[in-house]
Amino acid sequence: MTGIVDLEQVNKFYGDYHALRNVDLSVAKGEKVVVCGPSGSGKSTMIRCINRLEEHDSGRIVVDGKELTDDESKIESVRREVGMVFQAFNLFPHMTVLQNLTLAPRLVHKKPRGEAEEAAMKYLTRVRIHDQANKYPSQLSGGQQQRVAIARALCMNPEVMLFDEPTSALDPEMISEVLDVMTDLAREGMTMICVTHEMGFARSVADRIVFMDNGEIIETSTPADFFAAPKTERARTFLGQILAH
Amino acid sequence: MSFDFALIATSLPKILQGLGLTLNLLVVSTLLGLLLAVGILLMRLSQHAWLVWPAKAYIYFFRGTPLLVQLFIIYYGLPQFGLLRHSFLWPLLREPYWCSVIALALNTAAYVSEILRGGVLGVDKGLIEAGKALGLTKFQRASRITTPLAVRLALPAYSNEIVSMLKSTALASTVTLMEMTGVARTIVADTFAPYEIFIAATIIYLVLVWFIQTAFTLIEGYANRHVRKG
Repeated sequence: MTGIVDLEQVNKFYGDYHALRNVDLSVAKGEKVVVCGPSGSGKSTMIRCINRLEEHDSGRIVVDGKELTDDESKIESVRREVGMVFQAFNLFPHMTVLQNLTLAPRLVHKKPRGEAEEAAMKYLTRVRIHDQANKYPSQLSGGQQQRVAIARALCMNPEVMLFDEPTSALDPEMISEVLDVMTDLAREGMTMICVTHEMGFARSVADRIVFMDNGEIIETSTPADFFAAPKTERARTFLGQILAH
Repeated sequence: MSFDFALIATSLPKILQGLGLTLNLLVVSTLLGLLLAVGILLMRLSQHAWLVWPAKAYIYFFRGTPLLVQLFIIYYGLPQFGLLRHSFLWPLLREPYWCSVIALALNTAAYVSEILRGGVLGVDKGLIEAGKALGLTKFQRASRITTPLAVRLALPAYSNEIVSMLKSTALASTVTLMEMTGVARTIVADTFAPYEIFIAATIIYLVLVWFIQTAFTLIEGYANRHVRKG
């Protein structure tokens, strides 16, 4: 396994509940992987293990050569290389958009304020929201907040971006503005692991689709194969449900 | 018996002579109590049972017994211990002022640590995760995310506690301190007119509470400026 993110026989339990079962996944630099599957299938748990928001119970997770263990400094160094976008945006409500973006670069990378703000404005422009820099998150729409959250993660110059159902909390008319930004990011060569139900996005952007059910990866294929001819019955059922209307 | 409005007017300036001590007790014990509360809060939120347990016991004791009783224990009870009379604490414990400050501070610390704990528990877990995901250290997450948000959440309950503390300072009069209620009681002893005198004291307490409430309204408005839509 020589990917930038490697999961090897990863298991995770919540009490008696077996949330991840022998998960193997290797993501190469620049690769875009979409993770899908029914709710409760372990998708979010898996990507949350990659930056140690969840601890795995057995197996190995290696990110850019660093294995995740209890070693707090290693965890922090992995987190600095891995950006994450959450379903609920999770912008800091007491800080302006600009402060949200400059907080980590200033504290973690010790960037001077001017430099951090300059970089922040660059990313805000990229996500097409630079005119909102001095507003508070509560003054923005959901779609705008999620784009700010993406820009905030990008400000740390991550090697890998994790997306945990980034459009699931959005009103329908705001989904495309977020997917457009994610598509741009994919074109620029970012390594991305996205948990999403947006099958149109998966079809056009993903190099690989990982289908999970019941804590296991049960199918990995290219989007073309996955949508045309899913190999497993469970994937067929899932696609039937999600594409039915 | 006739009600003497003039007596209210003449006793107001006399009672106000106790204002300085009332405010002094309030400010000193509130600040000491806040410091102590933060320490108890950190113990209470710790992962270690040997830190959590004493914090819980402390909170249970000081919330579970009357402040007046706590004050009496400190003022009348502790000097019974010869050990204390010969310790470095004695210069403090023989002063009614310090006994009052200690009782007020110990008592408010129990309440304030619980108020702050409510604030900490109210902070959205997702925001802490966002801080983790950005690579912030535990200390950075605590200082930049948890603390400012927890303080905002705790402000309304904290303003309640300050008002409550103002009223509690009146108990210091029971250990001979001449704060406002103490002064009022001496005037009553001279004039035999408790009604007018205590109404005068009431007026001053209400004015003080009005200032405290207004100050907190302003602070809360400023702290929550990010919530307004614009």
